[in-house]
Amino acid sequence: MRRHAMTPARKMARKMARKSARNLALVSALALTVPVLAACTEAVPSAESDDDGRTVTVTSDADSCEVSTDDVPAGTVTFNVTNTGDEVTEFYLLASDGLTIKGEIENIGPQATRQLVLNAAAGDYLTACKPGMVGEGIRSDFTVEESDEEVEVSADEQQLIDDAVSNYAAYVKDQSDQLLVATKKFVTLYEAGEDDEARALYPLARTHWERIETVAESFGDLDPEMDLREADLTAGEEWTGWHRIEKDLWPERAKNYTALTTKERTYYAEDLLANTETLDKRVQKLTYTVDQIANGSRGLLEEVATGKVTGEEEYWSRTDLYDFQANVDGARVGFEGVAPILETKDPELAASLRTRFQQMDDLLAQYRTGDDFVSYDDLTQAQVKELSDAVNALSEPLSQLTAAVLS
Amino acid sequence: MAGISRRGLLGGGAAVAAAGVAAGGYALGQAAAGEQDVAEDGGLVYAFRGEHQAGITTPAQDRLHFAAFDVITDDRQALVDLLVQWTAAAERMTKGLDAGPVGAVDGPYNVPPDDTGEALGLPPGGLTITFGFGPSLFSKNGVDRFGIADRQPAALADLPHFPADVLDAEKSRGDLCIQACAQDPQVAVHAIRNLARIGFGTVSVRWSQLGFGRTSSTSTSQDTPRNLFGFKDGTANVKAEETAALEDYVWVQETDDGGDWLAGGSYLVARRINMTIEVWDRQPLDDQESFIGRTKGTGAPLSGGTEFSEPDFDMPGSNDQPIIPVDSHVAVVHPDHHGGMRMLRRGYNFVDGSNDLGGLDAGLFFIAFVRDPDTQFLPIQQAMAKNDALMEYLRFTSSALFAVPPGAGEGEYVGQALFT
Repeated sequence: MRRHAMTPARKMARKMARKSARNLALVSALALTVPVLAACTEAVPSAESDDDGRTVTVTSDADSCEVSTDDVPAGTVTFNVTNTGDEVTEFYLLASDGLTIKGEIENIGPQATRQLVLNAAAGDYLTACKPGMVGEGIRSDFTVEESDEEVEVSADEQQLIDDAVSNYAAYVKDQSDQLLVATKKFVTLYEAGEDDEARALYPLARTHWERIETVAESFGDLDPEMDLREADLTAGEEWTGWHRIEKDLWPERAKNYTALTTKERTYYAEDLLANTETLDKRVQKLTYTVDQIANGSRGLLEEVATGKVTGEEEYWSRTDLYDFQANVDGARVGFEGVAPILETKDPELAASLRTRFQQMDDLLAQYRTGDDFVSYDDLTQAQVKELSDAVNALSEPLSQLTAAVLS
Repeated sequence: MAGISRRGLLGGGAAVAAAGVAAGGYALGQAAAGEQDVAEDGGLVYAFRGEHQAGITTPAQDRLHFAAFDVITDDRQALVDLLVQWTAAAERMTKGLDAGPVGAVDGPYNVPPDDTGEALGLPPGGLTITFGFGPSLFSKNGVDRFGIADRQPAALADLPHFPADVLDAEKSRGDLCIQACAQDPQVAVHAIRNLARIGFGTVSVRWSQLGFGRTSSTSTSQDTPRNLFGFKDGTANVKAEETAALEDYVWVQETDDGGDWLAGGSYLVARRINMTIEVWDRQPLDDQESFIGRTKGTGAPLSGGTEFSEPDFDMPGSNDQPIIPVDSHVAVVHPDHHGGMRMLRRGYNFVDGSNDLGGLDAGLFFIAFVRDPDTQFLPIQQAMAKNDALMEYLRFTSSALFAVPPGAGEGEYVGQALFT
């Protein structure tokens, strides 16, 4: 569960919500675009510093979109877009069909200059500024001429991207299905008062949630109803979901706790199950882009760093290490999914991430027997530190993943 | 928004004045370039590269962030790679540049910046970054992780337990250390934060300590500041201007143990000394001065004169006792009573908030640089623990010893001679 707004997961949720409001044809096209280059460095260069004819200056205001040239040689093209208007604008490079997005910059605020760097193949394009972020934008024709430096997304790379996207979608669906099955079993046990069995299943069922946590969290209505911790409640807010039941099953750390009645148990159990069913339905329709997968991988490690390694997530049951492992599992699947693309762009980063994931898993294995982990309370401070060091070691290179995959 | 870099905001601050500008020639011991940038903000730039590491004879800056690290890999190459990266980042930051070549705000939007940004708009601040190697880098639990155990000087051993040591083991020792000193606390913190970030996966921060005010002067151009007892201390410090004394008491010589890689370097002793402030404050002024052996006002020895007058330990006082009590701090630790052994002290006052009882968690983060800890530190600490009246008000809560390699020359990384 996220406690703060605008974490990567929140951003992903926002972005998904926004995208879904758009033309669906554009959404699917996004999977292969937005290649913002990782190599741009110093200040945004002015048009004067353009010595290869591939730097384009764009000035956008309320009713104009001035593009410094409508003709560049193929290769790495840089658009420096300055918003001189009073409203937020966006900039697009579109294919000649006017629908397929080759590259975009969102959220260019008033007086801001933002940069789009992409590999453009020869062909006819359209540029578009979208002041106020509405309508089809102010468009002009844009031509990329044949040149020696042409770089295209190869058919091979496209295949890798397609594979990554479809594999990840399948993974999320599978985990969501397993979550639903396990949740049904769990709530049945809980409602029947078979508490020992329910306690044993609780962390294992949640594993499926934690593996896809960044996706599950992207549904801003479901997440708080399903995964809110007591400490994160605002005054007067109703507490439902996994952790409400967790407290009822492990009331040892609670002061003056009153156990839930059978009727109350049924209420919370059915609520959790209904939300899990809704989640599963929604997940079936989701599509992903490679940057979302890469960002999701990073987001899962952030979940570990902020909630699991600190022992805050499972305050009552102390089963944090299950969640820890599940977050790492999900992050690793995301990474492995985009790894074939990464191998072609930055093999060193791929190797380093693979090593660090392995070290992380090896370390967690020390606390694991079969599917079960030791209680968080059994960890010494030194062991927690060692786990935290491994999370840091993995998270730093992981923070470079998205940009490297898109480069 | 683009184009912001730390030096870019200094308004031509990149101009480098001639080395001779340095008052009293205290650039001695630094690179021949002795880069001194007297920017309009008053901030200095000290060259990172040189014969000796900066941050030792450099006139003590006002602020400190000191960090100790554990190396969490057994991979020698990973350690060397980190030292290379640290050297590059340290050189950049001491010039007032961002930690990485891209910078805090000029990079692409989908990558975390390679500088954390809190020093944007701040001058270089006279930042020095000094690296050290602890005994456990050479051998940890009997394991020679990096193939350097045979190069560990005998003097580089864990400090023994001293009376009044109540050490927090987790906040003592370390495989590596970094001392960052600057005129601005944010500049010092920025340095440690970015270096720690670069080190993730190779090292883990073991402990770190902030110091808010220098307690030593390392140049005759500086006043002696006061510690939290309110006294001037360390008056007999080795100063940057004492060229011969530096060779005798600070810089490891080629003929010394470990001199093949450590010559031109030094040993850094770090001791976190908590003061029982509230109890001290209830002592009559007369007693306070007797404990220290100096007057609280001017810092002159009780035998008279000014701050820099030599104390006369034989001057008789009342009741057939010397005017400077034999158990006063100055009498116990003075070089005259230790065969002339001196050290270069470079400590900082610290306050880490308040303790559970409402008292200040405060004291002196003692740092001293010596050529040989066995003769220049251990006997003095032992004498102090045994005889010093001041001990009543002190608790030692952290302790560490590091070998500080010589400065890195052009194209070298810090500590290179140890790994070649």
